Amino acid sequence: MSRLLEVNQLRVQIETQHGTVQAVRGISFHLDEQETLAIVGESGSGKSISVKSIMGLLPKNGKIVEGSILLEGKDLAKYSERQMQSVRGSDISMIFQDPMTSLNPTMIIGKQIVEVLKEHRRDMTKAQMKERALELISLVGISNPEARFDQYPHQLSGGMRQRVVIAVALACDPRILIADEPTTALDVTIQAQILDLMRDLQKKIKTSIIIITHNLGVVANIADRVAVMYGGQLVETADVRDLFYETAHPYTKGLLASIPKASDKGSDLTAIPGTPPDLMEPPKGCPFAARCTKTMEVCRQYPPKDMLCRGTHRARCWLLDERAKALRE
Amino acid sequence: MMSAEKKPLLEVKHLKKYFPVGKNQTLKAVRDISLNLYKGETLGLVGESGCGKSTFGRTVIQLYEPTEGTIIYEGREINNSLSKAERHEFTRKMQMIFQDPYASLNPRMKVMDIIAEGMDAHGVYKGQERKKKVIELLETVGLSEEHANRFPHEFSGGQRQRVGIARALAVDPEFIICDEPISALDVSIQAQVINLLKELQKKRDLTYLFIAHDLSMVKHISDRIGVMYLGSMVELTDSETLFDDPVHPYTQALLSAIPIPDPDVEKSRNRIMLEGSLPDPIRLSEGCLFAGRCPYAEDLCRKNTPEMKEVRPGHFAACHKAK
Ligand SMILES: Nc1ncnc2c1ncn2[C@@H]1O[C@H](COP(=O)(O)OP(=O)(O)OP(=O)(O)O)[C@@H](O)[C@H]1O
Ligand SMILES: Nc1ncnc2c1ncn2[C@@H]1O[C@H](COP(=O)(O)OP(=O)(O)O)[C@@H](O)[C@H]1O
Ligand code: SF4
Ligand code: SF4
Ligand SMILES: [Mg+2]
Ligand SMILES: [Mg+2]
Repeated sequence: MSRLLEVNQLRVQIETQHGTVQAVRGISFHLDEQETLAIVGESGSGKSISVKSIMGLLPKNGKIVEGSILLEGKDLAKYSERQMQSVRGSDISMIFQDPMTSLNPTMIIGKQIVEVLKEHRRDMTKAQMKERALELISLVGISNPEARFDQYPHQLSGGMRQRVVIAVALACDPRILIADEPTTALDVTIQAQILDLMRDLQKKIKTSIIIITHNLGVVANIADRVAVMYGGQLVETADVRDLFYETAHPYTKGLLASIPKASDKGSDLTAIPGTPPDLMEPPKGCPFAARCTKTMEVCRQYPPKDMLCRGTHRARCWLLDERAKALRE
Repeated sequence: MMSAEKKPLLEVKHLKKYFPVGKNQTLKAVRDISLNLYKGETLGLVGESGCGKSTFGRTVIQLYEPTEGTIIYEGREINNSLSKAERHEFTRKMQMIFQDPYASLNPRMKVMDIIAEGMDAHGVYKGQERKKKVIELLETVGLSEEHANRFPHEFSGGQRQRVGIARALAVDPEFIICDEPISALDVSIQAQVINLLKELQKKRDLTYLFIAHDLSMVKHISDRIGVMYLGSMVELTDSETLFDDPVHPYTQALLSAIPIPDPDVEKSRNRIMLEGSLPDPIRLSEGCLFAGRCPYAEDLCRKNTPEMKEVRPGHFAACHKAK
């Protein structure tokens, strides 16, 4: 069976005045039908650049230098900009962190949904498009769609705007919805509503979701599988329960440990010392070596290979090598 | 815990801060808040964005002139009758750390001068003494001497926040308002900054007002927590009680909305889902401000504004039905 989406050995570079940023350094992952994959990781670790390459939305100075992005077997990495235009919005849609920047402030929201339909659904009549737009507005949980159709984004609350962004993204029944920090700019009570909505919609319209987030609570809430990024690489991928309960990589362990727990009250939090590596000059060995509590000589010299832990659980760490068994814990 | 007979370091009484907006309209960013802060304690302040947390902090620290109400620090009321020197002394004792470590540091100044700015204004140290003090402060916050001659853009977010903390500490303050000091940082770096703040508090007997929207961090660092909604304080109690036994319906909804980083717990939880979003703060009706979203609202709530009352010793809530 071929996978819905399969990313293989993807490598992305960004040229800047000061040198080349190795933003994504050989990542591989897949996404199955109706699955939700969460990507987590430190700021600057390459999460947004990874999904932007899938969308063909890399900045002008950015380039895929290696690897493939297979959507049902077709390699998007080889697509021209024109081919990508027909993929975006119809096969794959993306929503961004700040709902205000993804909406046009000068256009009523109904029209913004209709515009997407005009681009991808030439078979629809004007009336059908309007009807579909109204249906989408109510699908994302906004009441009184007729009245809302004619409103401008600034007349809506932040949470409602993000619902509209989702409606626009879902207009053409995409196979894959990519959400880059969709709730980071929202309050927790609104975040809970949006997560609920995404879960609900996934069941109703059977899309697959890739969600990028910093928040491990959000991961636990919505993800089926999780990919952890660090220094431009995927350091661990696992089912959500394995990631939380059978954590394999020292960075993931550190991340989970730094969340305050009731038992931490009155004592220090378990912080990860130091800062993430500079992707202009990534370290030659393990990217986490400078901050890891388990660093060995080999870690600084050679990049660890992607190793299988159990089932589909993978991690990139020398501790998983047979020869390091005794050092694991 | 803070005992009742202890004298407060800071007393805020009926504080109001209104902003004029548009034509003849006012935005009541802070509506009648009273509270005490005791020496050495951390009071957390939580609530949704726009509920007035920053405005409250900025008014307390005299960055904004209060519309009404009094602020008493160590028994002295801070108002216009103070001499210039007394006012100066207050601004030294109270410092603020800001949310955005990027925006709050002058990009054209070297870290040395950023940190020394307050010392210079208060004329505390000069020359070699000044340099020595800056290096000492850098070390206190986990940076080092070689960082002194760098510019803010050469630092990571966590490091910039450390510079902001060093700047606040430079004038030996007693009371620091931390306005979302970790919101812009990665989870792994957040823990570093929180540990640093706690360590400094112990060493220097500092008092904190800690504003944040990440409730798990607030719970960790705070002795007591206040919950704000649309400019009002709706619940105030010690942090364990707030999490274990919240009595205000808004607090209950807020706590239930936080996603818990544990998939098994998260999947079996029952959430209180709030309908709608915050009403427009300019057009607010009479009665309880939460009535439009509250699952328990009744006629009384829409007519009368609930006052803050002590439901249990040290546990305050503003709800007609809170028991
Ligand atoms: N337009 C650009 N020009 C130059 N470098 C860039 C650009 N966009 C991203 N980068 C660099 O590429 C790397 C990966 O960036 P990316 O935006 O993917 O991070 P991220 O994981 O999404 O971080 P965050 O959590 O902060 O959103 C970083 O080193 C970043 O500085
Ligand atoms: N300088 C100002 N002028 C006018 N309105 C303001 C000003 N500062 C804050 N406000 C308004 O006051 C309310 C409370 O804001 P703020 O204290 O920043 O909230 P929080 O810190 O809780 O997010 C908001 O509606 C905000 O738009
Ligand atoms: S490879 Fe070495 S440095 Fe890297 S995470 Fe594993 S033990 Fe730590
Ligand atoms: S006073 Fe009434 S409306 Fe307000 S929180 Fe209490 S029960 Fe709800
Ligand atoms: Mg990003
Ligand atoms: Mg604020």
